Amino acid sequence: MLRLTPWLIIALLVGPILAGLAMAALPAFGYLPALGGDAFSLEPWRALLAQPGLARSVAISFTSGLATTAVSLTVVLLFLAAASGSRLDRWIRRMVSPLLSIPHAAAAFGLAFLIAPSGLVARALSPAPSGWERPPDLLIVNDPWGLSLMAGLIIKEIPFLLLMSLAALHQLDAERRVAMARSLGYRPTIAWLKVVMPSLYPLIRLPVFAVIAYASSVVDVAMILGPTLPPTLAVSILTWFNAPDLSQRFMASAGALLQLGVTLAALASWWGLECLVRRLGRGWVAGGQRQRGERMLRLAGKALILLAALTALVGIAGLALNSLAGVWRFPDGLPQTVTLQHWQRALPSLGGPVAATLLIATVATLLAAGLVLAALEHEQRSGRQPAQGQLGFLEGRRSAALTLLYLPLIVPQIAFLFGLVVVMEALGTRPTRWLVIFGHLLFVLPYVFLSLSEAYRRFDPRWSRVALTLGATPDGAFWRVRLPMLLAPLLTAMAVGLAVSIGQYLPTLLLGAGRITTVTTEAVALASGGSRRLIGVWALVQASLPLLGFIIAVGLPRLLWTNRRGMRGTP
Amino acid sequence: MVISLPRSRHSLTTSLAMIALLGSATSLAGAPPGDWQAVVEEARGQSVYWHAWGGDSRTNRYLEWVAERMQAEHDVDVIHVKLGDTAEAVSRVLAEKQAGNDDDGSVDLVWINGENFAAMRANDLLFGPFAEQLPHFALTHPEHNPEVVTDFTLPTDGFESPWGKAQITFYYDGAEIDTPPMSIVELKAWAEANPGRFSYPRIPDFAGSTFLKQALIELSDADEALYAPVEESDFDAISAPLWDYLDALHPHLWRSGRQFPASGPDMLRLVGDAELSLAFTFNPAEPAAAVTDAELPPSTRSYVFEGGTLGNVHFVAIPYNSPHKAAAMLLADFLLTPEAQARKQDLAVWGDPTVLDVTRLDDEQAARFEGVEDNPTLLAPDALERTLPEPHPSWMEALQDAWQARYVGR
Repeated sequence: MLRLTPWLIIALLVGPILAGLAMAALPAFGYLPALGGDAFSLEPWRALLAQPGLARSVAISFTSGLATTAVSLTVVLLFLAAASGSRLDRWIRRMVSPLLSIPHAAAAFGLAFLIAPSGLVARALSPAPSGWERPPDLLIVNDPWGLSLMAGLIIKEIPFLLLMSLAALHQLDAERRVAMARSLGYRPTIAWLKVVMPSLYPLIRLPVFAVIAYASSVVDVAMILGPTLPPTLAVSILTWFNAPDLSQRFMASAGALLQLGVTLAALASWWGLECLVRRLGRGWVAGGQRQRGERMLRLAGKALILLAALTALVGIAGLALNSLAGVWRFPDGLPQTVTLQHWQRALPSLGGPVAATLLIATVATLLAAGLVLAALEHEQRSGRQPAQGQLGFLEGRRSAALTLLYLPLIVPQIAFLFGLVVVMEALGTRPTRWLVIFGHLLFVLPYVFLSLSEAYRRFDPRWSRVALTLGATPDGAFWRVRLPMLLAPLLTAMAVGLAVSIGQYLPTLLLGAGRITTVTTEAVALASGGSRRLIGVWALVQASLPLLGFIIAVGLPRLLWTNRRGMRGTP
Repeated sequence: MVISLPRSRHSLTTSLAMIALLGSATSLAGAPPGDWQAVVEEARGQSVYWHAWGGDSRTNRYLEWVAERMQAEHDVDVIHVKLGDTAEAVSRVLAEKQAGNDDDGSVDLVWINGENFAAMRANDLLFGPFAEQLPHFALTHPEHNPEVVTDFTLPTDGFESPWGKAQITFYYDGAEIDTPPMSIVELKAWAEANPGRFSYPRIPDFAGSTFLKQALIELSDADEALYAPVEESDFDAISAPLWDYLDALHPHLWRSGRQFPASGPDMLRLVGDAELSLAFTFNPAEPAAAVTDAELPPSTRSYVFEGGTLGNVHFVAIPYNSPHKAAAMLLADFLLTPEAQARKQDLAVWGDPTVLDVTRLDDEQAARFEGVEDNPTLLAPDALERTLPEPHPSWMEALQDAWQARYVGR
């Protein structure tokens, strides 16, 4: 049974994605009988290339994939290097989960309201000292260079990369490495960067790749913050898929394949950058400089993450204010009147979507956790492990299978979901809650795996060996030793899984045929009406559900192991 | 995420109207639409998945009321599937057709008009004709009101049933502006005098595209050509005055025309944030509703251009593969009852104008529509009499493509 799980996982994940891609590829070459396309042609590609601003769309998508990742990763690494053990360090660690639970769209709306010319910052400066009686006519949000888009993505990717790094750091014995370097005269930040970072990076490489793929193909954040004339490639594709002129489907499918290419190109470029940084960095690490830059790096490490965290939190606070606002004109910093009306109106319709969201997220996460545990346990028992953080296929055929697990994180949703709907229809599957759960599983599974695998693989095998020596069966050792000791990371991984499921929009909409209403689909539908008051209400609801998961993940081990301090773990 | 192009729902027209063929029913459902009693019987106990734009909480609440009434009256379960964009429903039906699912589709009724209707009709994705068989359809008196059977110049042929009306309505803060521009030409002069205070939604948004059509109608003198397929005329020549106008207008718009609002509702938000001073909407009651919700100041005023503005009718249609056609028809009929139409028109509920011919209702029914609307934000009662009909849908596409070629990626 256990032996089959890796293959089961692959079948579950890879099959649908390849099938969905195939169904996108056919129309991209002119084949779509339902719309009268029954011969192959290159016409969709010609139409795509003739789209005004296509080059710019592609460039923005590509750049935001790389820049977002580079900045987020830099901020996280500098923070870890500079702030270790400080008060800021403890505060940020506590904030990781809440920040992670803010949905991307909500964070984007929050940021938009913060930095817009009529937003919170401008209001705080008006009428004095800025002298603005009316909002200045400045192009900040939706700027053509994609800067606000990247900022919005960065404040969301920092907590994700930080969580992944913190999980991986447990394996590295960072304190002793730094202590050793310091005894050789290195200043603490420099020491961390020189002796810990090079070992940490390989461990978080996959999450980094996931961030690149996500940032280069994101739809919701790009709609809120991204450039508009033209928008990013992924947004353009969605517009074409949704165009009333159905013949644009062909071009949209070609665009979906182009998006896949852009994402792969971004990944390849990152790989090139890695090589470059490795070569340049080697000289720096080996150069023996012990002091230079310490103060600046330290300051940057603390200030940048503080700025990112505060931006996200103030943005959400701004949305919360909006959800309670009555009259709130520019340049008032606070609403003139406060009302519960928006909440009262929303409450009656909240119940159904909240219940559906929780049900789908819980089932998808439990399934994912079960499959991931089975796969990891199988890996342990058969004694095969990929080297830390390496892509599995480099290590040989067997673990190559599990590498495919990350396919859903690398292949942009927009590239295969529309095709997947056709596949499901052709199989005669009617949209049901189960189909949606299955769709969510595609994305929940890899994230749960990503979050749990390091902790699982690094688990000291001697514990199990002791249990076996004492007469426990392998299953007994799993249930009674390994699982309880890994409860904290498991729950954190499940909380990440819950958050991922709760945030899914396109899979819920497309596989549920719109019949499955979750807080996210509801929030998106309402957001199309543009009322920031309502968006505030739904964004808070949407953010509070994953937060619940994280609270349980932190609280449950403390509750269960009140008398076993060592097992409470740190998420 | 979000956002973007809300539904294409409206459409109108008075000219070129054709009374739809009162053809006999070629129903795929169990009961032919002609035998209404059988339809009512068959509908009992069915569920209707009604795909309708869900971006407006007032509309959503009205739909909740409809669901309650349908449950109580006909034992029909109405489920509002909230869309961010009507095209999502079109996509869905298309995917089902692509996969050969011809009788068990997931969309039973869709709120639709204009290009989406034209696209679904052209690809045989709709069921019908059914509209003329709805008992309450007669109250719209299509013989006197051709707009209820004409969607962007296309005859509906009974493949969609009218539901409500819309017309471009401008609004502004009366405390700030004394005399708003009364035509497209005056609008440019106004924008020059008030730089950065006006804009229109970026194309291909529905409201933005309608603004282009409004401008084209006023600026060109080729009105007849606009009501025939675009291929039949010289697009470049006819649209030239529009591009000259926009080239001159854009530098004076919000963000100097380098960026545009995402949609009509987005413009309303920008007016609420005081970024814009003048904007327009497709729902004449929207500014008044926004005042009630404190999103706009009470000094907000609405008006239409001197020469009238574009208006249209929005409809509901049934996809060809809906498994619950009887219940969908029953719902479409209920939406046409004076009770449902009057409630929809009530500003306190939604404020969407009725498609019924109120002048031909009996006194008791007509009384339902006599609202004492003493709201200063609302349009003057006779404002909507000046309605310009929608051009042929092919113009919308041609204008959208030309706009994007000119202004995207610069």
